[in-house]
Amino acid sequence: MLNRFMQSRLRGLMVLALILIILPVFLGNPFHYELVIQMAIIAATVVGLNLLVGFAGQISLGHAGFFGLGAYFTGIATGTYGWSSIPALVVGAIAVGIIAWVVGRPILRLKGHYLSMATLAVGFIIAIILNNERAITGGPDGMPVPAFDLFGWELSTFGRYSLFGVDISGVQAWYILASVVLLLAVWFAQNLIESPIGRALRSVKGSEVAASVVGVDTAKYKSLVFVISAIYASVMGGLYAHFQGFITPAVASFEFSILFITMVVLGGMGSTFGVILGAVVLKLLPQVLADFQELETVMFGLILMLTMIFMPKGLLPTITATVSKRMRKKAGGEA
Amino acid sequence: MLAEFLQYLFTGITIGATYALIALGFTLIYNASHVINFAQGEFLMIGGMATVSLTAMGVPMILAVVLAVILAGLLGIALQRLAIAPAKQADVVTLIIITIGASIFIRGIAQVVWGKEYHVMQNFSTSEPIEVFGAVLNSQSLWVLGIGAVMVVGLVLFFTKTLIGKAILATSMNKEAARLVGIRTQMVLMLAFMVSALLGSVAGIVVAPITFTSYDIGIILGLKGFVAAAIGGLGSGVGAVVGGLSLGIVEAMAAGYISSDYKDAVAFSMILLVLFFMPRGLFGAKVVERV
Amino acid sequence: MTALVEVKGLDKAFGGVHAVEGVSFAVEAGQVYSVIGPNGAGKTTLFNLITGLYIPTKGEILLNGESTAKLEPNQLAERGMCRTFQQMQICMNMTAIENVMLGRHLQLRSSLITTLFRLPSLRRNETAARKRAADLMKYVGCGDYLDAEASAMSYGALKRLEIARALAAEPKVILLDEPAAGLNATETAALEDLIRKIADQGITVMLVEHDMKLVMGISDRLLVLNYGRVLAEGTPEEIRQNPDVIAAYLGG
Repeated sequence: MLNRFMQSRLRGLMVLALILIILPVFLGNPFHYELVIQMAIIAATVVGLNLLVGFAGQISLGHAGFFGLGAYFTGIATGTYGWSSIPALVVGAIAVGIIAWVVGRPILRLKGHYLSMATLAVGFIIAIILNNERAITGGPDGMPVPAFDLFGWELSTFGRYSLFGVDISGVQAWYILASVVLLLAVWFAQNLIESPIGRALRSVKGSEVAASVVGVDTAKYKSLVFVISAIYASVMGGLYAHFQGFITPAVASFEFSILFITMVVLGGMGSTFGVILGAVVLKLLPQVLADFQELETVMFGLILMLTMIFMPKGLLPTITATVSKRMRKKAGGEA
Repeated sequence: MLAEFLQYLFTGITIGATYALIALGFTLIYNASHVINFAQGEFLMIGGMATVSLTAMGVPMILAVVLAVILAGLLGIALQRLAIAPAKQADVVTLIIITIGASIFIRGIAQVVWGKEYHVMQNFSTSEPIEVFGAVLNSQSLWVLGIGAVMVVGLVLFFTKTLIGKAILATSMNKEAARLVGIRTQMVLMLAFMVSALLGSVAGIVVAPITFTSYDIGIILGLKGFVAAAIGGLGSGVGAVVGGLSLGIVEAMAAGYISSDYKDAVAFSMILLVLFFMPRGLFGAKVVERV
Repeated sequence: MTALVEVKGLDKAFGGVHAVEGVSFAVEAGQVYSVIGPNGAGKTTLFNLITGLYIPTKGEILLNGESTAKLEPNQLAERGMCRTFQQMQICMNMTAIENVMLGRHLQLRSSLITTLFRLPSLRRNETAARKRAADLMKYVGCGDYLDAEASAMSYGALKRLEIARALAAEPKVILLDEPAAGLNATETAALEDLIRKIADQGITVMLVEHDMKLVMGISDRLLVLNYGRVLAEGTPEEIRQNPDVIAAYLGG
């Protein structure tokens, strides 16, 4: 039953909206806000990645490459060339979409581990370029990124703003922006999944042969979802760059790619709200584990392993399955 | 001219031999279980680091090497028993994440035990370089090549002459059939991980005097090994050796003649290029999909 | 009348072994055309060749007079060819009805913008597609599974679901690969009725089947394969009396 509830499109979205509205009550200081804003931006990225991995069944171990490209495109366009943020995000998304399409056509013919190798390679190459083109990107030292501006109105984490007469801080304004973006990302993803295009995508994972004999051009749909997930990453990368105010090639690194895919798998492949949970858990975990000091990495690895061994379907699908089983049992007992 | 070329070639073959050993480790595990073990690089790290710290404690070199290899082998067995075997129903991606979790875990422990510094290991024999046609050859390179060759020959003999080796091969071809003829497939999987860990640790030890060693050296070396294995075609032993050597040589040439900044990019461009024309690598098995 | 499906001198070799060799035949529109033969005779290979999953070593296949040599399976579907599989190909990551709606893929083209904003036109089309899929599920006899996940269905129901998915594409010709395999007598009888109903709609049916009773009862013509070669071709009556067939089946 809980399963049903979570799968129902608008209800899931409404629950998420409700959480995002209530959450500020528990956010005591700017540091909390910063953490949640990062979570939201990264969650939106993995919602996009999940379309590719969870629904269409195509592995990507290099998605941070697109995130990094988006971040640097925004950083360079607004910082070096003085563009406004929205055009920078849009043009960046188009550029990254084209790159993903060009790269995706040949590599999406690959299957399984060969595809993971190829996507990993693409991510690495992007990271290496960002590291080495010092004149444009600032190299390993990174580059500053100006504050987000919306039609001449600047959104800085240090600013103070007025929303319907209520005085709010810069991070609170960013929180609102990030929440809206996350809700939009989820809404688009859900609309996509529950549509003819979405069924075609899922059939690529379910059975490529079955898909092709009912007329699905599987190569085209694989490319499409690859491009869409890259655009998600690019836009979120751009926002991330604005929010952080400073970026280094680490945003495109292999470690970041692995973090993204881990969020998808840990939260639950093919579950939009699952991967958001995955993003939240993996962003929170280092905070919680900080108390373990030098054992932090050990604990992180251990938790990752144990979760995946005992919940191979991911957190949310496992939780909902367990809860609905309990509830069925209870209902059966009462009847 | 020639000296320069030879210099790059020596460097390439040396590092290529290391890649080949790592790739062979990937291949072994892949054949036995169709898992890509992202913790493969950690075996190298364990081999190198354990040897360095044991010798620093006064243990004779030979004994330190043996102990380090045994440690890695035990780690390989533990990885299979504790992490891979319990997750047998898991998806390919889930298994990838499990091995990544394992590698983070191992790296975390190494960081606690050995710290974050780089460690230097002495050359096995003289540190005097050898001159060949004007190019300088690190004496350790000869050790890498020699031991690499011994390992490859050893593996070939292991798979063709010993019962255990044949059992691993049989399991990789058809798990069900292997079980039916009485092969204990779980035991075979464990062995595959162990042998793979042995190969990795030996590679880590012989290359340590050249590259230095630290707790996080396994990440990039492991990935390069994966690249080499994919170039050769996953599951092919010959492919792993050819892939490793060609990757090492191309990388060294690119670093020498083009730009050392883009050395790593060359490896990853090379794999993309190979897969573009040969989706299953140079020696990968062709499969006919059955419907 | 020109043939809907025409196969000319078809050859398929896997590493030197000929799975299909020199096979020619023609299927006319509206027929129920069956391919029979012992295990390993090359029946499924033949179907895989016709539907574009395998590329022939030699020979040619014409669909409505057009050569299919350069066409991908999805392009064949666009031209009205659909099929089911001996080893069922169901998307277990979807619900039962979504599997059938997948069959309407070609009829449900919608733009990315329409999809992302879920515009009214998409909602209308989806409702209609869902209704049509539900009707088809009832038509093939899995109306009990309208709300089920595909993974929760029985073997027999999945076999019928695959037929519903193929029918959803509104094919001119449907290829059924061993639809009766694994079914009990009652289910087989229901299947026979279903195939008749499909044929009565004017859809050409090609069938690979082991159940002789079923095949002889509903086929207009039959092709008998043996070791990849044509042993006989003709009406059920002709096949029944063909000495080669009798020898192969009884003497074998």
